[in-house]
Amino acid sequence: MGKSVLVIEDEPNIIEAISFILSRDGWHVASHSNGIDAVEAIHARKPDLVILDVMLPGRSGYDILRDLRADHQTDSLPVLMLTARGQSSDRTLAEEVGASRFMTKPFSNSEVLAAVNAMIVPT
Amino acid sequence: MPRTTLTGSRIRDRRMGLGMRQAELARRAGISASYLNLIEHNRRRIGGKVLLAIAEALEVEPAALSEGAEAALLATLRQAAADQVPATAELDRLEEFTGRFPGWADMIASQHQRIGALEEAVTALTDRLAHDPHLAASMHEVLSTVTAIHASAEILVDDPGIPPEWRARFHRNIAEDSARLAEGARRLVSELEEGASKETVLAAPQDEVESFFSARGYYFPELESAPEASAVSDLVDGAGSGLVSAAAKLLARRALEVYAQDARILPAATLAEALPEEESPDPSQLAARFGLDPGRMMRRLAALPADLLASRGQRPFGLVACDASGALTFRKPLSAFPLPRFGAACPLWPLFQSLSRPMMPLRQVIRLAGRTDGVFVTHAIAQPAGPQVPNRDPMFEAHMLIQPMPSATALKEMPRVGVTCRICPKPACRGRREPAIMAEDA
Repeated sequence: MGKSVLVIEDEPNIIEAISFILSRDGWHVASHSNGIDAVEAIHARKPDLVILDVMLPGRSGYDILRDLRADHQTDSLPVLMLTARGQSSDRTLAEEVGASRFMTKPFSNSEVLAAVNAMIVPT
Repeated sequence: MPRTTLTGSRIRDRRMGLGMRQAELARRAGISASYLNLIEHNRRRIGGKVLLAIAEALEVEPAALSEGAEAALLATLRQAAADQVPATAELDRLEEFTGRFPGWADMIASQHQRIGALEEAVTALTDRLAHDPHLAASMHEVLSTVTAIHASAEILVDDPGIPPEWRARFHRNIAEDSARLAEGARRLVSELEEGASKETVLAAPQDEVESFFSARGYYFPELESAPEASAVSDLVDGAGSGLVSAAAKLLARRALEVYAQDARILPAATLAEALPEEESPDPSQLAARFGLDPGRMMRRLAALPADLLASRGQRPFGLVACDASGALTFRKPLSAFPLPRFGAACPLWPLFQSLSRPMMPLRQVIRLAGRTDGVFVTHAIAQPAGPQVPNRDPMFEAHMLIQPMPSATALKEMPRVGVTCRICPKPACRGRREPAIMAEDA
């Protein structure tokens, strides 16, 4: 049984591409496309790793991550944050709220794969 | 043609105007002719007894020889030198340089001012890119679409053995995304062009409103005495290119409605008659006298036109207001007390202190940190804004009225505040958020 990843992203074709490359690498991939109930989706699916977009409909990825870090069940869950903004202030904010890693759009598939595998080795 | 703004040049002009020889003036002033020659060519600093002696010999007031644009030019050049990091200019030879090369000195000063204006524009642009929600959303959409195309294309290129149904799906995704990208890019460009086509190019709505108020001296006679019901609308609609964006028009309308309400309760002419002569008024006392709240009184004082103030021997007032977050919501700067257009103000301002002591009027005489500290009397108060709702905490806003005290001496015991950290020379400041772009005071 491979490790599981939950991709929280509102761009369906990004979800599809990330799902394809991670599935091919042995990951079980699920997706969620809005921010409002993202925390509930994480608790329901209990993924080994989360890929989390910052700008989501309904709620920002930063707020979602704050909730995760405040909950003992998810306070150490590996989270890779994706954002379309690459300013140093965004990176600082992502680190402050507890992102395990931070990646700026546009990124390449190999970068995502390398980042995810560096965070957890799939089984 | 020689400049006459420098002390040495003025002495020379005055001497030649009197038909006096250099040696004669030197003799009368008790200095050597060669020393006077250096002074007249602005190669030696002059002041004190020598200036008095020369002025007496030339039969003019010493100030007539030493004051004027020279001080402003030298101050600007000192500022330019201070902003240069690392500092390489020979400050000790500034006056000699200004005297020998007045044209170059003027050019450096004007370039320094131009750089300052451009830096403000860059700050505004950065501010817009970071905080304009429409622009941020468009950029996010473009970058997300590019990411989707990039990811799909990479899969197709890197994996020739991809199953046909997946291949078809990624081809379709790329086609859809590229159409979306074209549309998103077009929208982004049009938003940027829309911004650039405005007369105020990079201005935020609040800046448009401030320019609109500033152009009218912050005084609207149309709203002072029995205004027409449509007076506010007429002002906004008649602003033309003065108020471009819909947001600026809305903000201006709100500000003018507040002004009209203030004026209805206390017309400017009535207030002017009640002002003390020469001495700085206390807005809290005036507010109590007219039955107003102090914030409204501060707005009324700041709206008084120069001629009414002059009739009472009063100097113009500056005013700044902020909401409970500390964001500036109204700015009427003074030439000697500029207010930051972008970014945050000095946290040491009494304006912000008042937020932690609501309803307590604060009066402070402060020094504004600069080459020579200016002295100002400030009155600040934080008070509830808008209607009071039972069982709900009020929203607070704060006002700070500023009046210059040019004849006061800056004393160490007066709190020393700045405008904003980036241009503040105050060393080791407990309120400093970021380093200054200019040299801190030693």
